[in-house]
Parts: sequence; structure tokens; C-alpha cells
Amino acid sequence: MTSMQPVASDGAPAPTWSFAGVLAGARVMIPALPGVVVFAAAFGALAAQKGLTLFETVLMSAVVFAGVSQFVSMEIWSPAMTGSLIFAIALSTLVVNLRMVLMSASLQPWIGGAPAWQIYPSLVLMTDGNWVASTRYRKEGGADVGYLFGSGLVIWLFWVPSTAIGQIFGSLLTDPKRFGVDLIVPLYFIALLAPTLEMSRRSLAWISAGVTAVAVFYLVPGHWYVIVGALTGAVVGGLLGDD
Amino acid sequence: MTDVVPYGALAAIAAMSFATLLTRLSGHWMMGGITLTPRIRRMLEALPGSVVAALVVPVMVKEGLPATLAMIAVGALMIWRRNEFLALACGIAIAAGLRALY
Repeated sequence: MTSMQPVASDGAPAPTWSFAGVLAGARVMIPALPGVVVFAAAFGALAAQKGLTLFETVLMSAVVFAGVSQFVSMEIWSPAMTGSLIFAIALSTLVVNLRMVLMSASLQPWIGGAPAWQIYPSLVLMTDGNWVASTRYRKEGGADVGYLFGSGLVIWLFWVPSTAIGQIFGSLLTDPKRFGVDLIVPLYFIALLAPTLEMSRRSLAWISAGVTAVAVFYLVPGHWYVIVGALTGAVVGGLLGDD
Repeated sequence: MTDVVPYGALAAIAAMSFATLLTRLSGHWMMGGITLTPRIRRMLEALPGSVVAALVVPVMVKEGLPATLAMIAVGALMIWRRNEFLALACGIAIAAGLRALY
């Protein structure tokens, strides 16, 4: 029986789906949940400061569900929404989330052969954290696509209500700058990035991104500095060879 | 393009949702057609850090010493202790404290 087990294109067992897999995926994300709650609440508070209603904040968290891009959109957001601003917000969201092209592509050898009703919900709920966990699970020989779905779903279930709580409390805060709350986003990003700083090739890409962003910030009015800086860093990272 | 769009916030959220879905699903749609060359792979790998740098460095320059010191503290604490809560709490306390002094 085991010698006849079907194999996927990456040599590991072909995809399966079970409720036990969904539960196992959900369980593995439990240590990450406090961080999810804090990050989501910080987003909700920021959204309230930027004039989003409770409904708009929760809707964005539910249907976008990509924390970094949600934060970046708040840097640009204005209650007086023009067509060009909507375009800029959509473009910055696309740029910030381009990494998920790579992430979803890397899952393809595993989940590509599964039915669409398993693939689409799993990818729609995919975020950085559960992608890392699911990639590790696959390397250890796991095949249950439910694991990918369950680990994504549990984060979504905590992410959405936590942004609501943050929005409600954030709308009560009158002077966020005095308490350093306006710096939560850049500080959180540094916390995410700092442990990976030792890779020299990427640091060079990041330095180019930072320097370009400062230059564009002062030379070009508006918010283009994030997009131009990020793309510059990506191009530099692509041009430099593997070290 | 300069007129205020009715229900603009909802339109922006819909546009963000569409852009994000595109990135989440394109890896699945693409695989038969385009293959990721090493260069494109390196570009996509350099992207998250570049987004962070492009966001953070202008804030450092704009907000001055309290913000910059808070950011350095967060980076150092993360490398030293790997504790996001500790690093963030110290960073915010430093920023708030220094701003109160200035």
C-alpha cells in the first residue's frame, strides 16, 4: 500500500485534505496569535486616526488581509478619495504584496494537483506566517492541504476582530504623537527586519531602497517614495548576483 | 482624476482587495506559463526588506532624533533578545520620553 502512494511533482506525497489537517494547521499558529492581535489592533487604531469608520476598517481587514500593505495604505489614505489616490493605493498594495507571487508559486508543486475548492480558499487566506509554517510542514513530508487552509484561517479569525477593537480604542486617542503611537508601524517593521540583517546582498538592496526613498520623499510631492524606493531595492537585489 | 469619488473609501478597499488577490493567486495561475528566473526570484526576495526601508528611512529623517533613537533601540533589542513585545515597548517608551523632554 505504501509503495503505491501517489507522488506530487516535488517528489513528496500527493495532496490530500482532511479536517484533522485543518486542525493541525490551526494549532501550529497558536504561538503567533498574540503578535497577530497586537499588530491588528495597532492597524485598527491607525485606521481610526486616518478617519476610517469601524465598518471600513473591518471590511479592509477581512477582504485585503495583508497587514503590511494595509499599514502602507494608511500612510497614503485620505477621507477625500480621488481617482488617482485610489490608483496609488492599489499600486502600492500590489508592490508591497508582490512577494506573495513567490510564496504562492512555491506552494504549487504541493497543492497544484488538488481540487480548486481546496486551492483557492487556502491561497486567499495565505499570509507570511502560515506560509512559513506550511512550507516547513511540506519539507517534513506533509501532504494535507487542510494544514495550509487551517493555519491561514485561524489568523484571519483573530485578525479581523482585533482590528475592530483597535479601531474603537484608537478613535478615543486624541494625541497619538505624544505617546509615540504614530511610530508603531515603522518600529514594528524594524522589529521584523532586524534579525535578518546579516545577509549582505539584501542589506545593500535595502540601503538603496532607503536612500532612494529619502531622495524621492524630498524631491517628489506625495507618497511615491514608498513605491519608488521599494522597487529600486528590488531591482538592485535582482541585479546583484548570489553571494 | 482630482474629483472626490463617492464611496471612495469602499472603492479603495475593493481595489486593494483585487490587487492582493492577484498576488496570492498568480503563483498558482502562472506556473504553467512563466517560470521564475533566478533574477526575478532575487528581486522578489529583496522586495519585503526594501518596502520596509523605503517606509522607515524617510520617517527617521522627517521625525528627527527621538524617532531615530527609538528605531535603533528596536533593531538592537530584536537582534539581542528576539522579543517583539520587548523591542516595541522600549522603542515607543523611548520615543514618547524623548519627545516629552524636547
